[in-house]
Amino acid sequence: MKLALRHVFVLIVCAFALFPILFVVSAAINPMGTLASTDLLPTGASLANFAHLLTSDSYPFGRWFFNSVFIALVASFASLLLSMLAAYAFSRMRFAGRRVGLLALLLIQMFPQFLAIVTIFMIFTRVTELYPAFGFNTVWGLMLLYLGGALGVNTWLMKGFLDTVPKELDEAATVDGATHAQIFWRVIMPLVTPILAVTALLAFIGTMSEFLMANVFLRDPESKTLAVGMYGMIAGDHRNANFGMFAAATLLTAIPTVSVFLWLQKYIVSGLTAGAVKG
Amino acid sequence: MTLDVREAVGTKSSPRPRREITTAFVVSRIAVLAVAAAILLYAAPPLVAAESWVSLGLLGAVSAAIAYLYLTRRFIPAKYLVPGTVFLIAFQVFPVAYTVTTAFTNFGDGHRGDKAAAVTAIETGSVRQTPGSPEYAMTAALRGDELVFLLVDPKTKQVRLGDSKGLSPLAGAQVGVTGKVLAAPGLTVLKTPEAAARGQEISALAVPTGDGVIKANGLSRAVEGKAALVYDAGCDCVRGNGDTWTADESQGFFVNARGEHLAQGWQVGVGLDNFARVLTNPTISGYFAGVFGWNLVFALASVLGTFALGMSVALALHHPRMRGTRFYRIALILPYAMPAFAMLLVWRDMFNRDFGLINQLLGANVDWLGETGTARFGVILVNLWLGFPYMFLVTTGALQAIPRELTEAAAIDGATPWKAFRRVTLPLLLVALTPLLISSFAYNFNNFNAIALTTEGGPFPADNPQVGGTDLLITYTFRLAFGAGGAQFGFAAAVSVFIFTIVAVISAVAFRRTRKQEEVYA
Repeated sequence: MKLALRHVFVLIVCAFALFPILFVVSAAINPMGTLASTDLLPTGASLANFAHLLTSDSYPFGRWFFNSVFIALVASFASLLLSMLAAYAFSRMRFAGRRVGLLALLLIQMFPQFLAIVTIFMIFTRVTELYPAFGFNTVWGLMLLYLGGALGVNTWLMKGFLDTVPKELDEAATVDGATHAQIFWRVIMPLVTPILAVTALLAFIGTMSEFLMANVFLRDPESKTLAVGMYGMIAGDHRNANFGMFAAATLLTAIPTVSVFLWLQKYIVSGLTAGAVKG
Repeated sequence: MTLDVREAVGTKSSPRPRREITTAFVVSRIAVLAVAAAILLYAAPPLVAAESWVSLGLLGAVSAAIAYLYLTRRFIPAKYLVPGTVFLIAFQVFPVAYTVTTAFTNFGDGHRGDKAAAVTAIETGSVRQTPGSPEYAMTAALRGDELVFLLVDPKTKQVRLGDSKGLSPLAGAQVGVTGKVLAAPGLTVLKTPEAAARGQEISALAVPTGDGVIKANGLSRAVEGKAALVYDAGCDCVRGNGDTWTADESQGFFVNARGEHLAQGWQVGVGLDNFARVLTNPTISGYFAGVFGWNLVFALASVLGTFALGMSVALALHHPRMRGTRFYRIALILPYAMPAFAMLLVWRDMFNRDFGLINQLLGANVDWLGETGTARFGVILVNLWLGFPYMFLVTTGALQAIPRELTEAAAIDGATPWKAFRRVTLPLLLVALTPLLISSFAYNFNNFNAIALTTEGGPFPADNPQVGGTDLLITYTFRLAFGAGGAQFGFAAAVSVFIFTIVAVISAVAFRRTRKQEEVYA
């Protein structure tokens, strides 16, 4: 009975989550391909929008797709490592400036990011002159920029998780003569897989849909990411006419994210620490 | 093994357990040195070439500090903190600090560069064609990376090359029937589309000729002209057109006797003027209370709504006998997997009165985004849809860290499920999630996209088109800073500092609670 109630509740929330997506699906397979002609249930089915999108000359969709997935995979992996290292120090070590450092991490995120774009533009104008390989229109420069946000709220998320992992585990390892690096890689990392998986997914999604910085950074059509490229599709007068193609692109964009989620889901499993410390 | 002896001697005086020098230790130290050296080798030469010695010194100091940090056995916390902090300082702390400093200047449209750049812009902008001078057929070309003009005199058909230094004769050019140069030795002639792409550079290039300059007029003509306005360093003023504009260093403008100024100015420090303007501007202070109140409601409703919904589904799925969790989780994550900006635009269309999906489904004819009440409900609903999967994910992750024994023990002790949740699960969840909730609050307080891409701040009352029903402080003030008066970065930066202060103060109150919780549970 209780289980049935849980199912009903989750199903209702799923309906809320899915109905706008159903609308996007309907727009994507709508042969007319315009905004005004789209209903919740498709009026006809055709893959014309997808075909149009993948063969378009003005929108190199395949290239954008590759750029996005590549940047998101590498940047989220790197920022995961950086924030995990910091979270370990914040959670397990006591040092001068710990509290201040944690607060500063949270505070810096609260400054309206909108204007920082102007400065970032000026920094990278200089970087482009000195090191073209990390300048505008390059994947590596954008990745460096994303790593600036690695120590953000994710560090807090992992630190919070680590705080709830019993300290006795690494104390036992210290007694056995393990160094701090061994404790980090051999004891802590395996214990935090659930939150690593969650954070990796958050970082991946965040990078995939990041728009503001990428839009300033990537001007060259070949170097664009999905978010930047797709925004160009419906900018200005193209909004209604390109809507079907845009909806198709939106759906395809979700594929990498859902794949990463499917891959990581098995790590988000219950009971890893259950029974690790017993009487 | 010889290394071991020295290490053993060192540990005699130390009570710490003896640590051997392992292969991993040596290899990691060599790797650190190699990485530091590689970065130096890559980054130094361009800095030397650009003669930027301060940057070079900084690079050397940072590399040396990092190499030392990882070679020594001391400063263990720093070893873990430095990698992320380097990027944080370069791409977050520095931009924010720079933004704060611009709040004390008049940086913005008309005040972008320094004074010399303003003088150049004024002089070249005032060039008028000299009466009786020839109109050249002009072709844009590249000499290496530098843009040059190829000028054909209409009478003599003589070809000359013009660059920022002056005119020089050009031999061996091949001229077409229209007078355009088709090819020239050592130069890359730009075709019309290529030239059009460099339109700004072309109109900026001025070729000095003794008593005037040659400037482009369109993409294929160039005329010789004279600057009507000329800067005179003696009086620090600009003369011309029968008037005199004197430099005013406090405004960053050239001002004439009647108080009018030339459009092009330069960047100067204005002290606290921008901050005073935020406080005294009647359109800001007059509506501040209303906008601030709605802003708070929006941020709180977004955070609490997404958290309540996300946590509820996470808890509902967190049951050992729950089936189909894989399927449910994918469905729940989908709103988050779609690009947010795209879905904001889709939601806006779904709220459309005439062809929107919501009205179709409900059989209603409501102008959702046209009335303040429904528009506010709409943006909160959209934000709930966009944000709850995030809360669902982080709660699911945090739930795994709570040993099931605790809730099982509570059940055995006779606690109802609600009590077990209230007294055991929720407090433990909040230890991990409070900072995220605070951060989410700060994010939503300044959630520019959620408003700009849906309602654009509207609906606007007829009697006051300045402030809309769903305007947040950030959308409202940025419309003032980047609206009709052109981009005013200095003013916008001052606004950002104020908004930051508000968010930080609200968050500080919440931090006190975090600290208490950490002491209790950590």
